[in-house]
Amino acid sequence: MKKELLKFLVFLVIVMAAPLAFKGGYLLNVLVFVGINTMLAIALNLLLGYAGQISLGHAGFFGLGAYLSGIMTATYGWNPWLVMPLAALIVGILAFMIGFPVLKLKGHYLAMATLGLGIIIYIVFNETVDLTGGPSGLSGIPNLTIAGTTFDTDLKNYYLIWSFTSVIVFLAVNLARSRVGRALRAIHDSEVAAQVLGVNARIIKIQIFALSAAISSLAGSLYAHTMTFISPASFGFNFSVELLTMVVIGGLGSIYGSFFGAVLLTLLPEFLREAQDYDIVIYGALLMAMVMFMPGGLVRGIPALFNRFIKPAGKGNGHA
Amino acid sequence: MRFRVIPFIGLAVSLLLCSTVFAATPIKIGALFAVTGPAAFLGEPERNTAQMVVDEINRTGGIKGRKLELIVYDTGGDATKAVQLATKLVKNDKVSAIIGPSTTGESMAVIPVAEKDHVPLISCAAGIKITDPVKHWVFKTAQNDSLAVARIYEQLQRQKINKIAILTVSDGFGASGREQLKSQAARHGITIVLDDTYGPKDTDMTAQLTKIRGSQAQAIICWGTNPGPAVIAKNARQLGLKIPLYMSHGVSSKKFIELAGEAAEGIRLPSGKVIVADMLPASDPQKKSLLAYVKDYQKHYKAEGDHFGGHAWDAVMLLKGAIERGGDAPAAIRDQLEKTRQFHGIGGTFNFSAQDHAGLGKDAFVLVEVKNRDWMIVK
Repeated sequence: MKKELLKFLVFLVIVMAAPLAFKGGYLLNVLVFVGINTMLAIALNLLLGYAGQISLGHAGFFGLGAYLSGIMTATYGWNPWLVMPLAALIVGILAFMIGFPVLKLKGHYLAMATLGLGIIIYIVFNETVDLTGGPSGLSGIPNLTIAGTTFDTDLKNYYLIWSFTSVIVFLAVNLARSRVGRALRAIHDSEVAAQVLGVNARIIKIQIFALSAAISSLAGSLYAHTMTFISPASFGFNFSVELLTMVVIGGLGSIYGSFFGAVLLTLLPEFLREAQDYDIVIYGALLMAMVMFMPGGLVRGIPALFNRFIKPAGKGNGHA
Repeated sequence: MRFRVIPFIGLAVSLLLCSTVFAATPIKIGALFAVTGPAAFLGEPERNTAQMVVDEINRTGGIKGRKLELIVYDTGGDATKAVQLATKLVKNDKVSAIIGPSTTGESMAVIPVAEKDHVPLISCAAGIKITDPVKHWVFKTAQNDSLAVARIYEQLQRQKINKIAILTVSDGFGASGREQLKSQAARHGITIVLDDTYGPKDTDMTAQLTKIRGSQAQAIICWGTNPGPAVIAKNARQLGLKIPLYMSHGVSSKKFIELAGEAAEGIRLPSGKVIVADMLPASDPQKKSLLAYVKDYQKHYKAEGDHFGGHAWDAVMLLKGAIERGGDAPAAIRDQLEKTRQFHGIGGTFNFSAQDHAGLGKDAFVLVEVKNRDWMIVK
């Protein structure tokens, strides 16, 4: 347990100190979105990495949170801090109800069902023009305020978003190490075995699906208030796949893995931009290489590479 | 270890040399275009045109002896990315002004950045929301959809057509068109008897057209960008629909005639003047700019310049005018942009004012008809 606490403290120090290294450059703005993506990747990882249930529709839950917050605050003038937990609750309940039929499915069929769900939500955003503003988007969403401070700069938003992200990381790490976390991993390995051991697999799967959706919704609300403008294009199928890639590249079943995955996949395109027209090719090649040589994701792959190349080399020198 | 120092010294010396060589610093202009992704049909000609015009300005001596430096980023049509890149242009590249983004959604997302960081933004998207209400730092060069709709409705009135069906694509462009079609109908004494939509990736629209055939519509107005409208043109011909078919300016490029083939004949649409530049009367004030643009684009890219690229042409030239008059400070550029009058560009004749940051009038559009696989101006 002490080791976990130490890990979390290191994470916290890195997160809180990071802005010092960027001094208000645009990368700080990108890091705000890294925070949102980290939350989403963790939400998906709880479902995919721990419980072993795939979802290709998480961009939809993310969008629901963003639109609920956006519409209630921009159109109806509600208090953003009130709407945010309410939206998470509504999306959580919605996912809970959808979870009953959908999570009976397994493997490819579950992937298809969640894919469909994501697409339906996307179409609703596009077609309910009077409510969502349709494809041209919803503008005029207010920034968040706490005690007179408006979160309208990148630096303020950075600390706002990452405070939420840190809390989510802390809770997720705790959840993963709890009885529920162990039950989830048991379901991941063998649902039958888990049930034989007295785990109510069906309910636990639905609960984690609902929790995952609620966290995504929270990330969506924060996204809406940071961007102050949202349009359906940000919540499409592509984004669901991007989230999935973050989780897999970072490391399935590792909370900090999701953090590394989100950091890498959000920042990498920014650095590859130097390569101009070839950035997409390099991006694809890098992802392929990572999946091939680090099938366990960054969190397991980097230490493994370290052990394989650095340590033996050190020994070799000693013998010579 | 020692010889590794030498390249470093070399590097340091060459850096020093570099900084002394460029005494007159270039004026930095940022550009955000959706060069890849679903809106690439906008972003690519825009990027090509902007680069071409900037190169041309630099070749002829720049602006008051200072060169322009165009920094282009590809947004992929993604609003989140557009915001990040706009921030990058402002914070890291420290540009004097930003051209783009290509789509209405991205433009709306980027507006807070321009307003907060006080950088003039000239959007190349058409959405009316971008400059209505007027935002202090935001201008746009693409014609408002409302002007295109008005052009079609005037023609329908002249032909005594008052019952129409509209078929719009379910994306930003279609939604904006649909809104304008509905809100202006009553003013022109037109009733929309059928209002239907189609998806941007649909490949068969016979269902919608069959419904229209069963209605009392005397004309169809379709609002979309390639390839959807070409499919609709073909489907309408297959169904033997005889009523006139109108399209939007979203398909006013040769590409549409290529895609629709024989079925394009007789279709009418409002368009920027660029596709009929050589047919305009010599008295048209835009004719000179239009012919020059078409010729340059053909020379550089071996392709036909379209009005999407024209939005970028207008943006760069408007900036050039503003910088010539007031220097390259962002606030000065903004003030000068707002004072621009009688600028004869590609999209039309611009007259900006404190109340109007879109600047175009109804004369920005002409009504054209497809005849023998080419455009003809409808008189």
